[in-house]
Amino acid sequence: MLLVFEQLLNGLQLGVTLFLLSAGLTLIFGIMQVINLAHGSFYMIGAYVAATVTASTGSFLLGLAVALPVTALIGMLVEMSILRRLYQKEHVDQVLATFGLIMFFNELTRIIWGRQPLFMDVPVWLSGSVELIPGIPYPSYRLAVIGVGLLVALFLYLLFAYTRVGMQIRAGAGNREMAAALGINIKRLYTLVFGLGTLLAGLAGVMAGPILAVEAGMGESILILTFVVIVIGGIGSVRGAFVGALLVGMVDTLGRAFLPLLFRFLFSSATADGAAASIASMLIYLLMALILIWRPRGLLPTHS
Amino acid sequence: MKKIFSALLCIAIIMPASAWSLDPVKIGMVTTLSTKAGYLGEEVRDGFRLAIAQEGGKLGGIPVELMVEDDGADPGRARQIADRFMRRDKVKIMTGIIFSNVAIAVVPRVVSSDVIYISPNAGPSLLAGKGCDPNYFNVAYQNDNLDEVVGQYVNEAGFNNVYLLAPNYPAGKDHIAGFKRYYQGQIAGEVYTKLDQSDYAAEIATLRAGNPDALFFFLPGGMGINFLKQYDQSGLNRTIPAFGPAFSFDERLLQAVGSAALGVKNGSQWSHDLDNPANRQFVAAFRETYGRTPTLYAGQGYDAARLIASALKSVNGDVEQLTPLRTALRAADFESVRGDFKFSTNQHPIQNLYIREVVQDDAGNFTNKTLKAVFTEHSNAYVGECTMGD
Repeated sequence: MLLVFEQLLNGLQLGVTLFLLSAGLTLIFGIMQVINLAHGSFYMIGAYVAATVTASTGSFLLGLAVALPVTALIGMLVEMSILRRLYQKEHVDQVLATFGLIMFFNELTRIIWGRQPLFMDVPVWLSGSVELIPGIPYPSYRLAVIGVGLLVALFLYLLFAYTRVGMQIRAGAGNREMAAALGINIKRLYTLVFGLGTLLAGLAGVMAGPILAVEAGMGESILILTFVVIVIGGIGSVRGAFVGALLVGMVDTLGRAFLPLLFRFLFSSATADGAAASIASMLIYLLMALILIWRPRGLLPTHS
Repeated sequence: MKKIFSALLCIAIIMPASAWSLDPVKIGMVTTLSTKAGYLGEEVRDGFRLAIAQEGGKLGGIPVELMVEDDGADPGRARQIADRFMRRDKVKIMTGIIFSNVAIAVVPRVVSSDVIYISPNAGPSLLAGKGCDPNYFNVAYQNDNLDEVVGQYVNEAGFNNVYLLAPNYPAGKDHIAGFKRYYQGQIAGEVYTKLDQSDYAAEIATLRAGNPDALFFFLPGGMGINFLKQYDQSGLNRTIPAFGPAFSFDERLLQAVGSAALGVKNGSQWSHDLDNPANRQFVAAFRETYGRTPTLYAGQGYDAARLIASALKSVNGDVEQLTPLRTALRAADFESVRGDFKFSTNQHPIQNLYIREVVQDDAGNFTNKTLKAVFTEHSNAYVGECTMGD
């Protein structure tokens, strides 16, 4: 029973990390209609900048404070210089161009930082563990990740529901031409949205830095999961991304944790281990397929 | 006039190339320089280049030309590069492949085209057993070796309920099989994870519930960094010691893992602190040239070059006659950075295998310290399966 609770926390933590990435991706896709494969690159940039600053100053918070604006800035520059030319193009062109960006950024990090993965540690004040329930220590840093993710979700909710910018973004997503006709500067809005999306990706990268290897190409392994999340949640919907991320995090974690146990009741142990490992890694894709059959536009599609 | 001009131009382009190619012996290196694993190929290449540089552009007194191409860890691309090396460049000696799946795709093709292949890293069981070939030499290890030594050591250290963890792909299962070959205790659990998985929280919680007395894991590269950090953060490394082959504990990875790997014991065929003259010289020269401590991969690249040097010297640079070249390679008449070194009948190393511990040195760097040689003159499990006529 304790194990189930712990695994639920693990699922929540993975879900929240995925949310940080998918919120930005779904915003960009929903509002700008651009498939941005390079989203994972901004995650990587966030992690690299934070790791570098943390290593030279010794302060994780400073690393965070530098990495976020840097990532957002690079994101906005990429939007202004490259993506802006792609809005009117086919999705294939966008996919090709942003795939090129992935290779560009991966190679750039190799040129700047070398091939060796960087080191980034948990800040000292978060390095312990907390016993939420007696007997099961849970790393404080993972709790902090959950906290940050939930705060971001709250912030995005407030931003969209109650602020002028949020309203403009929603208007831009709903009907681009009408919003422009009403005097909203769509160009600037797009740059802002892209900056916000990449900022969130950078934040996810910074938060992942102490848990994961900071290395060139780290964005691609998580990008696929992120796409699964936004497809499940409904493309363009931040609320959908939230629900989808938690669902994917939970299903993935619980599947990896409990499928082997379940299978061991049914088959001999050798078959069970192999089969469970294979099915656990397919589980989220099965989930996606089932949800798409049930609700072809995702769980919480946008209105447009 | 125009025709003559273009003909002259063609000759001008071709001439220097063919004039050059008469001279040095060409060595083709297909290795992995991009992707996350790119640093592995970089190490092999740098070790190899160091040996050439130490002789001033020669190996065994014979001028050589090293051609390096990046396969991106992609078997298809590696095959194309190998084909180009063989057809266009008429390369007779090839080396460099990092990954076993790439080696399985490329090596049989290369050796059947009468080209010598010297593996500086990948040592899949197939190429050691049924698929062995007189033209195939492995100067690094057979893949299972580094797991076998850990299995034996875990017995000796008195652990008898070990939990096993590896990625769900052929090499993962091979490494677990290598461990089990010498480990005699019980198995508390055997878990295969997704390849390239980044979050191991679920596996770590299940592991804790399984209550083993030790953990054996094979998670190369970034997966190893992820796992070790998360294992450390869970606090389990203080109660359930972790063991594994050297692939998660090379000197460059350790800098990215930091203190999370401290105290972990790992199996290797080499370490930078092995005390023999060839190794002392190599480590010092490598540090001076590249400004970092060499990893085992660099040691393998260096040994591959030194092995080729010994053979080139013996045949006086004649790589067209394969039989004498093979005989010279088989003799392994070179000073390995591992000390004693010779080939088994399936042309894989017979060597000592060590257990090392991750420590922090006086300068604060994380590094490996050799504890003991668990096996001396250890061969591999596939010698019997290999039948090759020469």
